[in-house]
Amino acid sequence: MGAAALIFLAIIAVAVFAFVGMYNSLVQLRNRVKNAWSQIDVQLKRRHDLIPNLVETAKGYMTHERETLTAITDARSRAMGAGTVQDKGAAEAQLSGAISRFMVTVENYPDLKANQNFLALQEELTSTENKISFARQAYNDAVLFFNNKIEMFPSNVIAGMFNFRPQEFFEVEDATQREAPKVSFQR
Amino acid sequence: MMWELIAANRRKSFLLFAGMAALLLSLGYFIGEATIGQGGGGWIGVIIATAVWVIMSAASVFGGPELVLKMSHAREVTPDVAPQLFNVVEEMKVAAGLPRMPKIYIIDEKAPNAFATGLKPEDSSIAVTAGLITRLNRDELQGVIAHETSHIMNRDAQFLTLASIMLGSIVLISQVFLRGMWYSGGGASRRYRRKDSGSGGGGGAAIVLVAAIVLAILGPLFARLLYLSISRKREYLADACAVQLTRYPDGLASALEKISENDAPLDVANKVTAPMFIADPLALKGVNVSGWSSTHPPMSERIAILRAMSQGASLVSYEHAFAKATGKPSRLIPASALKADKDIAVRGPHPDVVKEQSEKQEARDVMDLMRAVNGYAFLVCACGLKIKVPPDMKETEIKCPRCGRANQIPRAQVSEFAQVAAAVGALVGSQTPASAGDIPFAQPVADAPGPQQPLEYHRRTPGEWETFACSCGHTLQLSPIFSAAQMKCPHCGTITRIS
Repeated sequence: MGAAALIFLAIIAVAVFAFVGMYNSLVQLRNRVKNAWSQIDVQLKRRHDLIPNLVETAKGYMTHERETLTAITDARSRAMGAGTVQDKGAAEAQLSGAISRFMVTVENYPDLKANQNFLALQEELTSTENKISFARQAYNDAVLFFNNKIEMFPSNVIAGMFNFRPQEFFEVEDATQREAPKVSFQR
Repeated sequence: MMWELIAANRRKSFLLFAGMAALLLSLGYFIGEATIGQGGGGWIGVIIATAVWVIMSAASVFGGPELVLKMSHAREVTPDVAPQLFNVVEEMKVAAGLPRMPKIYIIDEKAPNAFATGLKPEDSSIAVTAGLITRLNRDELQGVIAHETSHIMNRDAQFLTLASIMLGSIVLISQVFLRGMWYSGGGASRRYRRKDSGSGGGGGAAIVLVAAIVLAILGPLFARLLYLSISRKREYLADACAVQLTRYPDGLASALEKISENDAPLDVANKVTAPMFIADPLALKGVNVSGWSSTHPPMSERIAILRAMSQGASLVSYEHAFAKATGKPSRLIPASALKADKDIAVRGPHPDVVKEQSEKQEARDVMDLMRAVNGYAFLVCACGLKIKVPPDMKETEIKCPRCGRANQIPRAQVSEFAQVAAAVGALVGSQTPASAGDIPFAQPVADAPGPQQPLEYHRRTPGEWETFACSCGHTLQLSPIFSAAQMKCPHCGTITRIS
């Protein structure tokens, strides 16, 4: 009887350990997704902060491009107000589009392109665009991993019990908007 | 998936580490038994071996990364010194999800190279040489930084440091023991045994002594091979992860090409720090190291794998490319990581780089024009390289500097049609071949020894500089925009039709 009870206890102990381990790893993965999302947020905020400066610098030179400039400002405020992941994705894609159109128009203003302040801003913007796409890439990787874990046995049992929900991917609908705006900086 | 890869990596590191620890401890045990005496001696040996290891690891864990940076004469820089480098490192930090930005160091050396160090991802450093920054474009720099970031992410620096300490302890203990044996002529053990009342156990002691000697000789060798094989695997893995981070295999590939083209020595590298660099600085110095005894995989193989990755940037794609380039499965990446992997598309080059490359192409075109003016000959080898042949070159054959193929400088051929026409002409007795009427500058037949046969040359690469030899041996140039149907040799005046 003693041996049987011991084996039974051992099995229970192993089951409890596995259970705790799986639960903890799910929590860890969910936190990783959250962290990756906040990384995107950081980069997007940085872009939002750059835009007023950019528009302010460009305004003096681009008197005939009111529409392009207001498009950027509007897209920025829409992106800042967006709530869900999907809304945000769409709004930010729109902002990227507006910025890339702006960058094309800049080519017609050699005075603006010679402005040191503007050049520094432009460089900062290029790097920020890169960081946004890398942060998005890291977020989507983390989401994929988390969602896989939630769907796969045996962790799906625990995920169901504790209400772990699959997370949304940060997709960009339009393939042409996926690319960061072509910012070319002169050297 | 990268996360699974990291977990698998950690398990493997632990196993390997345990294996080396077992080797170290058994070495200590047998040497202790052989020298101090059977019975308690073995355990004293184990304690001594552990003590050696603890002291060595304490020294390197507390001062290791700083020491490596100091040995390499690296100085920490701020963002305003190298803004692009900082931006690229931050991009990779974001892509890899590192908890903190690595510290950035620059080594003032011409040879392009880089390494990462640090025991934890939270506290890591990346050092690059000044030559690397000046020679690489943004995409290539990104590839190199991604490779280093992958080392940090996979905790390779930590593993390599700990493993090399273990290796160092094993080597140290074996060396001390073997030297002791050598200088005392094996007397060490005899002396201690005599103290042991000297009676009996002689056979057993001899076996222990032999075991200790064998372990002391083979142990370091075995540990070194294990260490090297892991070190090479980590390099491949860091390449694979770098591509997954940047989604751009060609960036790292062309960076590695530029690094391996370099022949400036990296003076600050030594045997201890060499395994940490992206490209083995000692191998680049021209020391030919064979596969299993080097810390890095052969550069040509790494480049070939990366160049074969045109379909995707995932770990699976790397695995396929590895099999394609080397003809054997890599066994680098655990099946669980491969299964959960998804296909990732490769991105295009950075717009700045495209611009730079087109500028470079323009510069090359200008150089070609200068060469054409100066009488250089152009040959396009089958490997894609354009060979420029100086005008004073007399041979009709030239070896390609890249692939070694022998290339013949093409000659204008007598056209088949003209051959037939000439034969017909000779038969009928008329003075000129039929086709000669098309050529206004054809020399009168009377001047030629036989019936003048029009020459013909088939263009092989339209839109490129091309060269062929006239029947007199003089080389003729075809410029990329050449579109006329024939060409007159300025030397002998013979006309060649171009088709």
